[in-house]
Amino acid sequence: MEPFKDDKVLLAHGSGGRLSHELVERGFLPAFDNPLLSKLDDSAVFEAKGRLAFTTDSYIVTPIFFPGGDIGKLAVCGTVNDLSMSGAVPLYLSLSFIIEEGFPLSDLGRIVTSIKEAAEEAGVKVVTGDTKVASRGSVDKLFVNTAGVGVVPHGVDISASNARPGDKLILSGPIGQHGIAVMAMREGLKFATAVESDCAPLNKLVAEMLEVSGQVHCLRDPTRGGLATTLNDFATQSDVGILIYEDMIPVSDEVRAACEMLGFDPFHVANEGRLVAVAAPDDAQGIVERMRQNKYGAEAAIIGEVREEHRGKVVMKTSLGASRIVDMMVGELLPRIC
Amino acid sequence: MKFVDEFRDVELARAVVSRIHRKSSRHIRLMEFCGGHTVTIMKHGIRQLLPPTVEMLSGPGCPVCVTANQDLDRAIALAREPGVIIATFGDMLKVPGSHSSLQRVRADGADIRIVYSTLDALHIARQNRDKSVVFIGIGFETTAPTIAASILEAEEEGITNYHVLSLHKLCPPVIKALLDSGEVRLDGLICPGHVSAIIGSRPWEFVARDYGIGCVVSGFEPLDVLQSVEMLVDQLERGEPRVEIAYRRGVRPEGNLRAQELMNAIFEPSAANWRGMGVVPGSGLKLNKRYQRFDAQLAFEIDPGPTVEPKGCICGDILRGVKTPLDCKLFRGACTPEHPVGPCMVSSEGSCAGYYHYGTV
Repeated sequence: MEPFKDDKVLLAHGSGGRLSHELVERGFLPAFDNPLLSKLDDSAVFEAKGRLAFTTDSYIVTPIFFPGGDIGKLAVCGTVNDLSMSGAVPLYLSLSFIIEEGFPLSDLGRIVTSIKEAAEEAGVKVVTGDTKVASRGSVDKLFVNTAGVGVVPHGVDISASNARPGDKLILSGPIGQHGIAVMAMREGLKFATAVESDCAPLNKLVAEMLEVSGQVHCLRDPTRGGLATTLNDFATQSDVGILIYEDMIPVSDEVRAACEMLGFDPFHVANEGRLVAVAAPDDAQGIVERMRQNKYGAEAAIIGEVREEHRGKVVMKTSLGASRIVDMMVGELLPRIC
Repeated sequence: MKFVDEFRDVELARAVVSRIHRKSSRHIRLMEFCGGHTVTIMKHGIRQLLPPTVEMLSGPGCPVCVTANQDLDRAIALAREPGVIIATFGDMLKVPGSHSSLQRVRADGADIRIVYSTLDALHIARQNRDKSVVFIGIGFETTAPTIAASILEAEEEGITNYHVLSLHKLCPPVIKALLDSGEVRLDGLICPGHVSAIIGSRPWEFVARDYGIGCVVSGFEPLDVLQSVEMLVDQLERGEPRVEIAYRRGVRPEGNLRAQELMNAIFEPSAANWRGMGVVPGSGLKLNKRYQRFDAQLAFEIDPGPTVEPKGCICGDILRGVKTPLDCKLFRGACTPEHPVGPCMVSSEGSCAGYYHYGTV
């Protein structure tokens, strides 16, 4: 972001007056330069063909900058991924900031740069936006909202209610990185500072998966609530049983150590750059092999299967050979006592 | 991961399981005292691996679960006091008291902060000199020394706005009360690992000597628990109940003397109110005379009002090992982790939460 006269965001930056214009023209337009945005009309107007996917999400995260990303990257990846999980090709994003008065403009600049980079990587354009400044104390530093529009290619039908008995479950990589990276920073857990958020746009990975198979039935990114919640969603929405194998689920040593210390279950910890897929059994191995060629799917693996039995429930075969239920997370993640 | 993977070794675990099957000939009832053990057992499906001759009961070793409603009400009343910041371990937040919970009063505007250690609570006191910080001191012998350390540090630094609501409980006296009640017949006790790291294995000797019940101090990994079960089977098959330590990497017979010293410097034994068991003499800790000014009970005049026990909740029976969560009419119906009726559904170490989250199909 170009240098401003002020070093902090003022209420006037969100007033719609001269300072607002300066912020847009010097801060945002150069970063997101594209013809739809540069017109500065009230709405972005564009052509679209086929079925559209439309989604929105608000991003509130403490701290704003964390190892492996920041709130800006998160706001792009989260919305891009929500579109991708419906099988849509993401095209356009809206971007709204709600900024606390006094927020450093240099930090806003870093966030804008990271939004620009994430959007470029995902191949999406920010075509409309808004900025509001709230008085000190009425928001916590910075909130970001993005909405996204994408096109669902012909013949693609992906939904959490499409899992069928016999299907295989595929996980794109180790779980729990994002949640632990943020928690480690928030709580000052020095032993876990090596953990980086997995925050990443997954649209290209999804496109590659759909290239090799027309039989991807469900896709979801296990964000808040973690893998356990996503698997339970599949089981209930598709009315099937899900069986997974503890040994096959990758969890890094750092994430395991942090979870052991804090009393969390890695299955409940948030991810921002992972996906779980349900696919026809004959296609599953081919999908995994293709995923492994993408850096965001390098550790992709089949982790279980869909069954007729125990409908609506997720069951895990433990390493010791027993089985147990994997439940959804309830409430907030809280650290243990003793 | 070091010190974890070794104790989850699948081949070793299978070998222990098959030895238990081979050796166990008579029916025995074992109680795992500690909620941490209950979680390990549920999470790894250990019950399914044991022969039908080995029956496992869960005990009262969950600090949140055994906190009496009256004490919860006291904590909630303190949270409502103007100028008070409550510092607490996270699990306490959701436990329903007679009429409310800390979570609910927090939503109403009370300043309640989750901390990971007592030193975090002290830090909050340091940063908020114009407020009173009350730490909700729950836990067993494991947490008491850390609270003692925070009080010593507060004294050294001259921090006067730090208080502790001491609801600490002691494990051996409650086991004695449980056995004296005659309600549960036990053959063996899996003794708590972290508690014993502090107090040692000696305080359990009366259990073997006076009651003829085998005792093994266990760690918290699946292999730890399986090894402890095997040691108890060995003892009981031979008819020689005694105290043994399976958790040698953490526990010595004499315990952690430095921690005991700290605890004794600040606290003295007192009666404590246990959910399900009522008031058990000598089973709690209160601040001794010298450190009374840190005692939240004395620093604030609080009237928690009359206690109301939740209707139909059998947490008390479950904590005594008389019933299991599956015997409770509220389990999975009126009582779920989202809407808990009793504390055993709230705490991550509670039996009901363990059965709910990790139960078999």
